[in-house]
Amino acid sequence: MAREEAVVPKAEFRSYYGRPVIKAPIWHEPHMPLYLFLGGVSGASSMLGAGARLSGRHRLALSAEVTAALSAAAGAGLLVAELGRPERFLNMLRVFKLTSPMSVGSWILAAHSGMTGLAAGSAVTGLLPRLGTAAFAGGGVTGPLMATYTAVLVADTAVPAWHEGHRELPFLFAGSALASAGAAVMLATPPGEAGPARRAALIGATLETAAGHLMEHRLGMLAEPYREGPAGRTMRAARLLTVTGGALAALAEAAAVPSPRPRRPARARFSPLRPAPRAARPPSVPAVLRGMPAVLRELPAVLRGMPAQAVLGGVSALALAAGAVCTRFAVLRAGRASAEDPKYTVVPQRERVSARESPDPTPGPVPR
Amino acid sequence: MAERMGFFTDTSVCIGCKACEVACKEWNDVPDDGFLFRATSYDNTGGLGADTWRHVAFVEQFTRQGDSWLMASDVCKHCTHAACLDVCPTGALFRTEFDTVVVQPDVCNGCGYCVPACPYGVIDRRRDDGRAWKCTMCYDRLRGGLEPACAKACPTDSIQFGPLEELRARAGERLDTLHGAGVAEARLYGESPADGVGGDGAFFLLLDEPEVYGLPPDPVVTTRDLPRMWAFAGTAALSMAAAVALSFARRA
Repeated sequence: MAREEAVVPKAEFRSYYGRPVIKAPIWHEPHMPLYLFLGGVSGASSMLGAGARLSGRHRLALSAEVTAALSAAAGAGLLVAELGRPERFLNMLRVFKLTSPMSVGSWILAAHSGMTGLAAGSAVTGLLPRLGTAAFAGGGVTGPLMATYTAVLVADTAVPAWHEGHRELPFLFAGSALASAGAAVMLATPPGEAGPARRAALIGATLETAAGHLMEHRLGMLAEPYREGPAGRTMRAARLLTVTGGALAALAEAAAVPSPRPRRPARARFSPLRPAPRAARPPSVPAVLRGMPAVLRELPAVLRGMPAQAVLGGVSALALAAGAVCTRFAVLRAGRASAEDPKYTVVPQRERVSARESPDPTPGPVPR
Repeated sequence: MAERMGFFTDTSVCIGCKACEVACKEWNDVPDDGFLFRATSYDNTGGLGADTWRHVAFVEQFTRQGDSWLMASDVCKHCTHAACLDVCPTGALFRTEFDTVVVQPDVCNGCGYCVPACPYGVIDRRRDDGRAWKCTMCYDRLRGGLEPACAKACPTDSIQFGPLEELRARAGERLDTLHGAGVAEARLYGESPADGVGGDGAFFLLLDEPEVYGLPPDPVVTTRDLPRMWAFAGTAALSMAAAVALSFARRA
C-alpha cells in the first residue's frame, strides 16, 4: 500500500478526485450579503438614533431611526426571499435555540424590526411619544446584537475561512455596520447636525479595516480565500472604498471642527483674491482643469458654493456604504471558495492530527 | 429511549455493487441525482447530497508501490454532537429515540443553515423542493423493527446495522483480525466518542487516510466553539456601544 504522505511536504494533501469535503453555503447573491449589510446598517443606526435622542439631537435621531426601520424591514424581506420555502418563514419562531445563531438571530431581528418600526413610526407621525421613546431605547439595545450576531451566524459553520475567522469577524461586521450606518445617516441629515454620524463612520471604517487586516494576518493559509479570485478582488475594493470613505469622513469632520462659524471668515479671505465677482471666474480655474469639459471646469466653483462638509460627507458616505457592501460580498465569496477547495478543509485538519500524534515540534513547514 | 442504533461500514469487504444506493433510493423515494459522467472512476454520483443518501466511492490509485482499488459506501454519520441539528433554527432536525438525526420535511423551511454546518458535507437542499434532505437511517423501518434498506441490501455485509455498542465491539475485533493478517493500513473512522463530533452513529473501517475517500481527517462540530463566538460577538457589540458613545461625546 502506498504510504508516501510521511515524506511529501505538508502543503501536499490528498482528496477524493479534488472534490470538496464539505458543502459550500447555498445562500444566494445578492440576498445574503445584502441582508448582512442591511442588518448592520439597521443595528448601528438604531444605536445612533438612541444616542441622538439621549443628547437631544432630534433631527439626527429622526434620520437614524427611519434608516434603522427601513433597513431592518428590507433585510427581513431579503431573508424571507432567501428561504427554500418562504411561506414557512414563521417556523423560525417555532423554537428558541441558543445553539443556533440563526434562531437567536431570528428573534433578534423580530424584536429589532419591531422596535425600530415603532420608534420610526412614532418619530415621523408624532403619535404615541411614550411608546416611541421606549422603542428607541429598545432599539438601542437590540441594535448592537443585530449588527454582530451575523458574524456568529457565518462563523458557526464548517466553512474554514468563516469558522477560523470567528475571533475577528464580529469586529469586522461591527466596524462595517458602524461605517455604513454612519454613512446612511450622514446622507439623510444636514451636515451641520451629522457630526456624531461622521465620527461613528470614521471609527467604523477604522475598525473594519483593522479587523480585516488582523483576520487575514492570523488566518495563515486560510487567508488565501480572502485574497484570491473574485473574493480577493471584492475584498480589495472594499478596503479601498472604506479607507477612502474614512479619510473623507475625517476631512469632513476636520472641516467642521471649529463648527460653522469660523468657516465664514475663511470664505471671506478668498473673495478679495477675486477681482470681479463674475468675470474673474475663468482665471480661478486650476490649470489642470482647463482642457476639461465645461461641467468639470465649473465644478470647483460649484463646490465652493456648497459647504465643503456636505460634499466631502456625501462622497465619503457613498464610498463607505459601497465599501461595506463589498465587505459582505467578499466574506460570502471567500467562505464559498474555502468550502469548494478541499485543501482548506483537509490541510488544517491533517496538521491538527499530526500535531496530536507527534506532540514534539518536528521541523515541519507549519508556519503560523 | 431505545438503544442507540448505528451503522458499521466495513469498507474492506465492499465490492462497489451500489446495491445500497439503489435500495436507499427505492425505499425512501429519493429522486434522481442527475445523469453525470465524471470520468474519474465508476463513481458518477460524486458525493452525498439531497438526492444521494448512500454514496459508493471508488478510489483508484496507481503508485510505484502498487495499484489499489478501494470502495466505500458513505452515509450520514448521525453524529453524537450533530452540527446540523444544533444550528437548525426551526427544530425541523431532531434526534430520534434511536439516537439518529432526522429532518422533518413538514417543518423544514429551507433556510439552508445545516448545509455548510455539516463537517462531512452530507446534508443538502433540494433545488426544486427547497427543503433540506439526508439519510434518516430509515426511521420508518426502524420503528417497524426492520433494518435500514441499505444494510438489508448489502450482499457482503459491508454495511452492518445494529446497536452502536455492539457494532463498536465487532469493529474492534475486525480491525484486530485485519492487522493480524498484515493489513496495517486498516483503521477505524468515527468510532471514537473522543473525536470532534463525540463519535459517529455511522462509523467506518477504512483502508487509507479518510480524505482519500472524501472524508474530513479531523471533523469538529462547529458549535463546540459557539460559546467563544458569542463572547467575541458580545465584545464586538460592546465596542460598538463604546464607539457610538464616543461619537456623541463631543459637541458639534
